[in-house]
Amino acid sequence: MRMLALALLFAAAPAFAQSNVPQAELAWKQLPDPAREAEARALMEELRCLVCQGQSIADSDAEMAGDMRALVRERIAAGEDAGTVRAWLIERYGDYVSYDPPISSASAPLWIAPLVLLLVGAVIAARSFRRRRG
Amino acid sequence: MRRWLLWLPLVAFVALAAVAVHGLYRPNDLTVRSRLVGKPLPDFALPPLIEGRPGVSQADFATGAPRLLNIFASWCVPCIAEAPHLLRLKAAGVPIDAVAIRDTAPAVRDFLARHGDPYARIGDDPRSAVQFALGSSGVPETFVIDGQGRIAMQHVGPINEADVPRILQALEDAR
Repeated sequence: MRMLALALLFAAAPAFAQSNVPQAELAWKQLPDPAREAEARALMEELRCLVCQGQSIADSDAEMAGDMRALVRERIAAGEDAGTVRAWLIERYGDYVSYDPPISSASAPLWIAPLVLLLVGAVIAARSFRRRRG
Repeated sequence: MRRWLLWLPLVAFVALAAVAVHGLYRPNDLTVRSRLVGKPLPDFALPPLIEGRPGVSQADFATGAPRLLNIFASWCVPCIAEAPHLLRLKAAGVPIDAVAIRDTAPAVRDFLARHGDPYARIGDDPRSAVQFALGSSGVPETFVIDGQGRIAMQHVGPINEADVPRILQALEDAR
């Protein structure tokens, strides 16, 4: 039974495949220069896969994610820095494409709220200590 | 301490709960839209994919009349569903250019023979490069490009019956 299921799974594989064009070489191949590859890798881990939202393009097997990895590696190999490539994508897809979006009016409260709450807590604590002493 | 301050935590809690409930009941829209709508078409030039049909480049737009730019693929199932509506748009006199994503000439020829051929030009985009340049996140997608070469509208997903008048209106407005 298990063998049958396995056989069916392999038979079904072409149905899951998307296009019939081989993937870009740089979708799966690292850059020869380790420093550039590390820069590309760091950027790929913080870019959202647009067809499998919730995964980064570094994590995704989707063909579109592969094409985007190839784009990142090509541009970084050509001498662009990761920030420029990231800005190019944000210009087209918005902050949503990045898992590390720049601070905006929507995300600022997330950063500021913990500090404000800590401050409020400190004020409350200071007041109640003072009262107990007095 | 003043009496009313006692209510402050409850008020804060209710406010936070309201935000959470609003977020939970809002319909979830996962559509990724291009930020380039309203901006000029980025520079690109794609070679032809099938013989006898020119490729597509940015220079083919901004000719004074609006055109549709359809992103499709022969391996894309929703593209089959939108094919008859693209033919209707073509019959209405709308010029339609296409970008074929990760595709081969025989597969596209077969797709067009089966489902109809509404395209004036077909560009070959084997690495989704132009798709990324346009801020498009899947197939099919359709862009209305106005006579000045600006992106007037983006339609994400297959064009269905109800979308046709909307797209014709957008083309009219883009004139």
